Amino acid sequence: MSTLAIDKAGPTRKVKYGSMKRDRTWALRWSYFFLTLFAVFSLVPPIYMLITSLKSSAEISAATNPWWVFHPTLSNYIELLSSNQFLRFFWNSAWVAIIVVTITMLISIPAAFALSRMKFWGSATLATGVFLTYLIPDSLLFLPLFKMFAKFGDWTGIELINHWYVLLFVYPTLTVPFCTWIMIGYFASIPKELDEAALIDGASWFQTLTRIFIPVALPGLIAATIFAFTVSWAQFLYPLVFTTSTDQLVLPVGITTTLIKGDVFNWGQIMTGALLGAAPPLVIYAFLMDYYIAGLTAGATKG
Amino acid sequence: MAEVSLRKVVKRYDDVEAVRGIDLDIADHEFVVLVGPSGCGKSTTLRMIAGLEDITDGDISIGGDVVNDVPPKDRDIAMVFQNYALYPHMTVAENMSFGLRLKHYPKAEIKSRVAEAARMLDITDLIDRKPKQLSGGQRQRVAMGRAIVRNPKVFLFDEPLSNLDAKLRVQMRIEIKKVHQKVHTTTVYVTHDQVEAMTLADRVVVMNKGKIEQIGTPNELYHNPATRFVAGFIGSPAMNFVPCRLEEAGGKLNVRLTDRLSFAMPPSRASRYQNVPKGEKLLLGIRPEHLTEANGHAAPGVETFESVLDVTEPMGMETLVYFTLEGTQVCGRVNPSAGARDGAPLRLAVDLNNMHLLNEGTGAVL
Repeated sequence: MSTLAIDKAGPTRKVKYGSMKRDRTWALRWSYFFLTLFAVFSLVPPIYMLITSLKSSAEISAATNPWWVFHPTLSNYIELLSSNQFLRFFWNSAWVAIIVVTITMLISIPAAFALSRMKFWGSATLATGVFLTYLIPDSLLFLPLFKMFAKFGDWTGIELINHWYVLLFVYPTLTVPFCTWIMIGYFASIPKELDEAALIDGASWFQTLTRIFIPVALPGLIAATIFAFTVSWAQFLYPLVFTTSTDQLVLPVGITTTLIKGDVFNWGQIMTGALLGAAPPLVIYAFLMDYYIAGLTAGATKG
Repeated sequence: MAEVSLRKVVKRYDDVEAVRGIDLDIADHEFVVLVGPSGCGKSTTLRMIAGLEDITDGDISIGGDVVNDVPPKDRDIAMVFQNYALYPHMTVAENMSFGLRLKHYPKAEIKSRVAEAARMLDITDLIDRKPKQLSGGQRQRVAMGRAIVRNPKVFLFDEPLSNLDAKLRVQMRIEIKKVHQKVHTTTVYVTHDQVEAMTLADRVVVMNKGKIEQIGTPNELYHNPATRFVAGFIGSPAMNFVPCRLEEAGGKLNVRLTDRLSFAMPPSRASRYQNVPKGEKLLLGIRPEHLTEANGHAAPGVETFESVLDVTEPMGMETLVYFTLEGTQVCGRVNPSAGARDGAPLRLAVDLNNMHLLNEGTGAVL
């Protein structure tokens, strides 16, 4: 009887111990499965682009295996890179992106600082308002914006439409609200005591911003910069609407409008142009990736 | 260095009055500690002195000048925060010299001041590290160093030791006292820890519900508290309060606790309580150290009584004993050799020479 009692009291070995490790193994298997799936899904298009860009027009239209290059050629690359037109698009894009990023940062950083730190009447409402403007889709905005610039041209005689620099006025409507919103989040995660300490140490608001906030929130700043750059580099609708002359086009619009003639698609060069166009953001991501990830996850935990 | 004075200072947030008209004069070189429970307005008061909060009403002056509308940077003060508030991207030296660099001090002077402060705080080896490479205690030293190098008129400390563990807190407490002995800067220090207040302060300001309850030296507050709040807040374990009445029998005063228990008022206290209305509801305030085991020797003003202990807490050098008197839990401190055990009876002696009588309704100490 006593044995029975002991048996009852003892642990029933139904639960398999060491299952932590087994759980982990399965979790890893599933993550690899989905990661692979995702990698394939997102890598197939660029790989297909690369394959196509290495083919001649004849091979593209020939009924061969589209996933293999039988006669690789760099002619598409050589043709594009030696074409002044393509280089023009590239420079237009680069200028627009660099200037827009600069304008965006010059507006967003002080705006975010003011909205997150200087408590003034309506600052909270304004902060929400800033974000709401970002939610308005560009497909809704391009017509009124076009009208505005046309009217502006009528009144002042300064013609903005059909010049690449009109984009310097248009893109910030997309980038400024979002970057301001991101920066408000980063600045808000900086402890209040830090700016109070700076104030007591004798810093002005501007010095607090430049010497404390910007260095401390650098990951966030880089995240915002990358965002602004990507938006202005890849934007398609606005440049399509606002610029028409070939020498004023930016890369995405330039490629589609000049390499598609009527119903003739120069696929080889389109793919080459798209790949070359995707290179600068890729390079920037690669260099700033560590900062970018730190930026994305900052504020997730207190620290 | 300078004196600080507050005149009828009020701070109102919308409809909440955080600080309700306080008057306070802090002398030059003085170390004053504002102490009180959370929400008593002590931090708000400190932040108003710093200029981090606007004052709703009243005047604050530093060194004789009213600073109500002077921004923090022009008040010539330095502040140490609870969470250190070190600039994370700067080294220790850069953190400490930030204020001086903003004011464009000559490089050589900045260097010598930082070196001097670092030596005083024993952080010379850490001077090139970033804050995240430092421990809590080291960070707090750097925060103090940042205040010292500025050589300000007033130091403000906002619960600087609250984030440290108990052992380090004691160590840093001594450190702060040493620094004050060296630099003599007028200091206003906020804490909720009454031990910190007692050990550091020249004078302690006890605050409660936005008002000052009492200002005095640590000993004054301990031995002559003005209100029940101060009596209960200062001292650990806290003072016991037992309901009682005064009786007059044969020209002598008695403190009656229960039907069966009453103590004769010692001569040392009799004159003080002569005019207290008899029969009124009072509280007998007695500190745990004045409730000890009876040792058989009669002494003037010491009365003995039987108790049954509920709980005992051996502390090593003493044993805290808890028992119930008139439905109130009472704490005493007895010698570890007195044989106090949970649930056991013990004859205790109460030293009425150190008793206090409080009005139960108003909480005023009589």
